Amino acid sequence: MKYVGKSIQRVDAIEKVTGSAEYAGDIELPGMLYAKLLLSPHAHAKIKSIDFSNALKIPKVVTIAIGEDFSFRVGLYVNDRNILARKKVRWVGEPVAAVVAEDLETAEEALEQIRVEYDPLPPVLDVREALKPDAPLVHEELGEYAHSPAFNPIPGTNIANRFVVKRGDIEEGFKKSNVVLENEFWMPQVSHVPMEPYTCIGQYLIDGSIKIWTSAQSPFAIRYILGYSLGIPLHKISVYVPYIGGGFGGKAGINFEPLVVLLSKKAGYRPVRLELTREEQFMTAPVRQGFYGKIKTGATRDGKLLAEKIFYAFDAGAYADYGVNIGRAAGYSCTGPYYVPNLEAESLTVYTNHPWGTAFRGFGHFEFLWAIERQMEMMAAELGMDPVEFRLKNALLPGLITPTGEKLREDAGRIDQCIRAVAEKIGWGTPPQAVGLNRYRAKGIAALWKAPAMPPNAASSAIIKMNEDGTFLLSVGVTEIGQGTVTALAQIAAEELGVPVEKIRVVPFRHTDLTPYSWQTVASRNLFMEGRAVIRAARDIKEQILEVASQVLRAPKDDLVIEDEKVYVKGRPEWSIHFKDIAAGYVYPNGNTVGGPIIGRGYYVGSRLSYLDPETGQGYPALKWTFGAQAVEIELDIETGEVKVLKLVSAFDVGKAINPQLVEGQIVGGVLQSLSLGMWEEYRYDGNGRMLNPNLTDYKIARAGDIPEEHVVVVIENPQKDGPYGARGVGELSMLSVPPAIANAIFHAVGVNINDLPISFENIWKAISKKR
Amino acid sequence: MERKKITFKINGEEKTLEVEPNKTLLWLIREELKLKGTKRACERGDCGLCTVLLNGEPVKSCLVLAVEVDGSEIITVEGLARNGELTPLQRAFIEHGALQCGFCTPAFLIVGHWLINRNPRPSREEVIEALNGVLCRCTGYRSIIDAILSVTKTEK
Ligand code: FES
Ligand code: FES
Repeated sequence: MKYVGKSIQRVDAIEKVTGSAEYAGDIELPGMLYAKLLLSPHAHAKIKSIDFSNALKIPKVVTIAIGEDFSFRVGLYVNDRNILARKKVRWVGEPVAAVVAEDLETAEEALEQIRVEYDPLPPVLDVREALKPDAPLVHEELGEYAHSPAFNPIPGTNIANRFVVKRGDIEEGFKKSNVVLENEFWMPQVSHVPMEPYTCIGQYLIDGSIKIWTSAQSPFAIRYILGYSLGIPLHKISVYVPYIGGGFGGKAGINFEPLVVLLSKKAGYRPVRLELTREEQFMTAPVRQGFYGKIKTGATRDGKLLAEKIFYAFDAGAYADYGVNIGRAAGYSCTGPYYVPNLEAESLTVYTNHPWGTAFRGFGHFEFLWAIERQMEMMAAELGMDPVEFRLKNALLPGLITPTGEKLREDAGRIDQCIRAVAEKIGWGTPPQAVGLNRYRAKGIAALWKAPAMPPNAASSAIIKMNEDGTFLLSVGVTEIGQGTVTALAQIAAEELGVPVEKIRVVPFRHTDLTPYSWQTVASRNLFMEGRAVIRAARDIKEQILEVASQVLRAPKDDLVIEDEKVYVKGRPEWSIHFKDIAAGYVYPNGNTVGGPIIGRGYYVGSRLSYLDPETGQGYPALKWTFGAQAVEIELDIETGEVKVLKLVSAFDVGKAINPQLVEGQIVGGVLQSLSLGMWEEYRYDGNGRMLNPNLTDYKIARAGDIPEEHVVVVIENPQKDGPYGARGVGELSMLSVPPAIANAIFHAVGVNINDLPISFENIWKAISKKR
Repeated sequence: MERKKITFKINGEEKTLEVEPNKTLLWLIREELKLKGTKRACERGDCGLCTVLLNGEPVKSCLVLAVEVDGSEIITVEGLARNGELTPLQRAFIEHGALQCGFCTPAFLIVGHWLINRNPRPSREEVIEALNGVLCRCTGYRSIIDAILSVTKTEK
């Protein structure tokens, strides 16, 4: 292959190194106004009154909106979110009012003149508390909300969704088990910390049509939900998305777009822009949900898993958003990459008075794999088995059954190969070692798996246009959030069309008026699905080229060969015609013309995916299962709790690396993000639910100085036969299971179990002191 | 507010204009001069994404007042490539895949150019130290460090 499998340079590289790449915050429109939000200081309170009369008198203030101005709700799966808080506020940071002004300073000044009277209500600030029968309700009207039939909010409770998996006979499984172990796990809410804060511009036009410019990952989802919520047909809504400065799921849904559009209407149809500050990005933009898990596992004495009872509860915060689907995804992958014959799992998405949760790279898997991979380690210890051997013994191999009753396809990735690869490269098998007085070195391993969480009908499409000179324009709906998918897609198109990749330009922006449909840019699904669509579009192009060439060369299509941008007759390369001469119709010397502009199209949807049974969770949710494993070597100071990751090894079965450099980039970047989340990151709250660290000094993310000295990346390629050239996609996978690998290493070093994140020095020190 | 007249050079071009005393250099660059390559990501000195060269030294432009740059020389990412030619470091960023979403790339390029200028043969540790003030959420930094080191090795 000429282009697939090669590390060609990113198609967006030149724009990005010269500062000319366009992001939403760089866009300025004629007549543009600026919005600022007034945020709730309470986690839970009734809004008694809002007085903005003084603010409105300030010159250059154009309009002010409050929740009562907008009488409908939005929501991805559960229609639970107000445009601005109505009647009550549900977290510290919820927007209560919005000021629109000629400039930002005026808008800021006006905020100070708005008076809001609140009646504080008891907040619910812990997911376990929220499940108690007498817990305050975050949504009293839960029963009235419209919601997708795939989810089941339970009115009169804080449960936004309950997902259940049942397989086999769990009682029997535990009865036959020689070893049974139950543990609890927890992790806080965290932020995506995209370097680009959320930014969008909206304009409501006088004819009722809508224009949006936004840093959102999924323009078609925004168009759809906005159309549904406002009752506007989709052809009247256009959504433009330039490059995105990091998404990680935090920009996957619909966020502030409805607000800016409605503000524009109120402001006399001028475009209105909202750019979050970093503090607002922490407090007002959606976050990753918190998590609580309780797992009871049973196994035979020789280490075969027999039964597992799983309880997961996601701290969704104030609104359900993606949270309900995250709970569902964690539910159907709940065992991790292991075969468990008897299983009962319940995965809840629970409202609290925390910031609202949304998708985050990994989509629930980072969370529950923390629990599962710690549990596996503790099981191995209880059994007196080597944890690598224990994992391999229970590895979910092709032919075995997943939690939802799916027989794992024969061309699925291989978890055993991933585990063996990291074990080998980390030098598994050497015991922990004392280095110096209080320092220990030890190794830890954790495995992972994931399938895209998407509805069975999630679709992708592609358009390839041939330009008049025989070059090509590739248009796809997947947004460029840094992951580099579009570069790989250009490689696939080049391979299929047999033209140099430099002759294919990927349209750098997404515009729902022009761009072919893509359900969303999420779930590590786009290389696979857009990839298949691109292959079909390229084949469509070739078919059209052959059609015209057949006439011109006066030979049947099946006698023609396409090569090097030419079509020729088999065995007669001298009877040929160049792409450029048929790109816009072939012109005979006398002016007669045949053919015309060539436009290829292709689409892809997953084959035979199904809804899951509401009682048992059984069905086919997965386009593909991707497997991987992580290993670390750490050095731990038992006096201070200080832990340093010296070496990392990551292995993923990606099917096929279309662009090895991009794959490695996704792995190195994702693994550091995972390490950072595991070791340092957390939303810290005071007793009233106010975030204590909404800035990049107090909320620490990994810096250049924090990277481990050595990171070995192993790319395994067992192709999935229906993937584009066998590829599966890796973007989210690299985020998974680094924290449990570290905690497992700590366990081997000093025998303490850290089951709550982050694995901060303080938490380690506390655990060690407790043990002493 | 009383505006103050300032004269400075930016990317080789001389400018004179009037600014309000409370405006930042970042504001001057992005909003007044419309050079959008320099990014805004925290406006309180935490992220380093707004870094530019001020008289040859990297500064976080959100922490510098516009009036302070009177008589100074500023280089932003737009001023790195000259005469349609990318710098060796820009090329190295591309070759090493040292960018993903690209939002941090201008700042890392600015710091990287400064470092190479000052210290043509930095050690890996010195590169890491120089980069420690700029945040990237995508790349894991390794490719950025490698890109900078590759240029320092090949250049005198
Ligand atoms: S914007 Fe200046 S340091 Fe973050
Ligand atoms: S490439 Fe995205 S922040 Fe660095």
